[in-house]
Amino acid sequence: MTNRDWTVLELRRAVANGDVSARNICEGYLNRITKVNDQLNAFTSVLQDIALARAEEVDNQRNAWLDRPLLGVPITVKDVICMQSAPTTASSRILANFRSPYNATVVNKLLDAGAVILGKTNCDEFAMGSSTEHSAFGPTHNPWDQEYVPGGSSGGAAVAVAARLAPASIASDTGGSIRQPAAFCGVVGLKPTYGRVSRYGLLAFASSLDQIGPITLTVKDAATVFQVIAGDDPLDSTSLSEPLPDIEMLFPGNAKGARIGIPRRILDEGVDVDVMKAFNQTLSVFTELGATILEIDLPHINYAVPVYYLVAPAEASSNLARYDGVRYGVRAAPVKGEPNVSTMYDQTRDQGFGNEVKRRIMLGTYALSAGYYDAFYLQAQRVRSLIRNDYDVAFNRVDAIAMPTTQTPAFRIGERVDNPLAMYLGDIFTVSANLTGLPAISLPCGFTNHRLPIGFQLIGKPFDEATLFHLSDAYEQATEWLTIRPPSAPD
Amino acid sequence: MSSKLTRTDIERIAALAHLELTEEEIKLFTRQLAQILEYAQQLQQVNTEDVSVQWHHGITAKPLRSDVLRPSLTRDDAIANAPESTPDGLFKVPKVIGE
Repeated sequence: MTNRDWTVLELRRAVANGDVSARNICEGYLNRITKVNDQLNAFTSVLQDIALARAEEVDNQRNAWLDRPLLGVPITVKDVICMQSAPTTASSRILANFRSPYNATVVNKLLDAGAVILGKTNCDEFAMGSSTEHSAFGPTHNPWDQEYVPGGSSGGAAVAVAARLAPASIASDTGGSIRQPAAFCGVVGLKPTYGRVSRYGLLAFASSLDQIGPITLTVKDAATVFQVIAGDDPLDSTSLSEPLPDIEMLFPGNAKGARIGIPRRILDEGVDVDVMKAFNQTLSVFTELGATILEIDLPHINYAVPVYYLVAPAEASSNLARYDGVRYGVRAAPVKGEPNVSTMYDQTRDQGFGNEVKRRIMLGTYALSAGYYDAFYLQAQRVRSLIRNDYDVAFNRVDAIAMPTTQTPAFRIGERVDNPLAMYLGDIFTVSANLTGLPAISLPCGFTNHRLPIGFQLIGKPFDEATLFHLSDAYEQATEWLTIRPPSAPD
Repeated sequence: MSSKLTRTDIERIAALAHLELTEEEIKLFTRQLAQILEYAQQLQQVNTEDVSVQWHHGITAKPLRSDVLRPSLTRDDAIANAPESTPDGLFKVPKVIGE
């Protein structure tokens, strides 16, 4: 425990060995949060008392819980995931006072594994956005330069790990919401295969795309947390019981003989110079490690963004119909005249939702409405099938597909917020993993001249997180990006 | 297929979506949605005549669970977040009939 950047595995070992108490660790992280959260705004709620009580419970149970994989490990939970005894706001006005009567399955799994939940992290409202500027509780700031966005929608989750306010965060990824902020903040982010992790207790955004995953400092930590949260759940009919990888066998990683595919078609245009340089250097590292780089073609990949921005809003418009001011959430105050239920719905939703959420509900309602369903929604679903088929064909030749996680590094706060289409176009590299259900991991791979992190992404075959971990760990061992701390990380 | 959105379209969609938009929002969304839909028009170029919509890998019809009674939320828990409720545990809403 000599350095300041403890990993999940180091913390777990220290608690299990009795080198340090879970309470001490918890206090250390809570102190860091107190020091910088006013500036970074990474948390919507810090659960100080709950976390300390829980840490004491872990200390008291230590001998009985020695085999628990997250014994005494502090962790944060994105505020779209339900946790009993804590607010669950989705960073929205409409749920500002909501208290979940139950825990999400992932929360129960974390607690069963011995984790200490420090707080709920800020995000774009209902996870809709790519910058965490669309939060009713104000934007989260990037710890590498506070004038820049941390990415989104899981900006708070990525900032918590990057600024060393927690060794791990749990977040959700519907179109890149784990991987893009991980890239913008210089940390590791995993979106597991669709079906791997139960979404019971995740506030649904787009049900055919949403997946829960970890953000961590190292690949091994990501694999450890993934192992804890994955698995079939009778409470989520889309969760699957595919066998999990044996993580002991995966590490240390090795890229020798691996075939990595590069989709040239989307790399020729719009990629920032620094990002492209870092990506090419990453490929060189893999070549030195014994991997073979092959060009592949994903003929329909350029349609991924328009498909995504029809499918995701369509599903969102349906999922968000439940927020109507009747069973939970904030109800609009009655205006003059005789109040009736219909105007109550309309006013509650207009006052409770922010602009980005309303924009997507409108877009989705349009794409599903009579006369437009076939041309927009159904056509988008068909093109989605073509994109998935492109990947299936490519995976006959390669073990994983690599691309930058984002076209550009983090942008300035305010730069894209008034131009939704520009914001959407930035998601070109991340959305296809959600449309296809494939697993994908983002890893830090360098910095721009301005000292902003750059990320690259590996996409794997269905349920083959193992190959992603194996290759990523080999890369991580060969590089030193994770030893570089952001300026806003407290000691 | 034209994506030329009019103010009437926006008002119709807002009514379907149960959103009472402000004047400012109607103007903003008319412009922004038109822009996004124009961009999405490129999907019309793709030939999808023989393409069927697929579901995710591994997701098939799930076996039904057995019809066994399980504990669920108590009435108090279910009503605890309601903006308005009655003392005997009912959700309360403004007048529904007679509009």
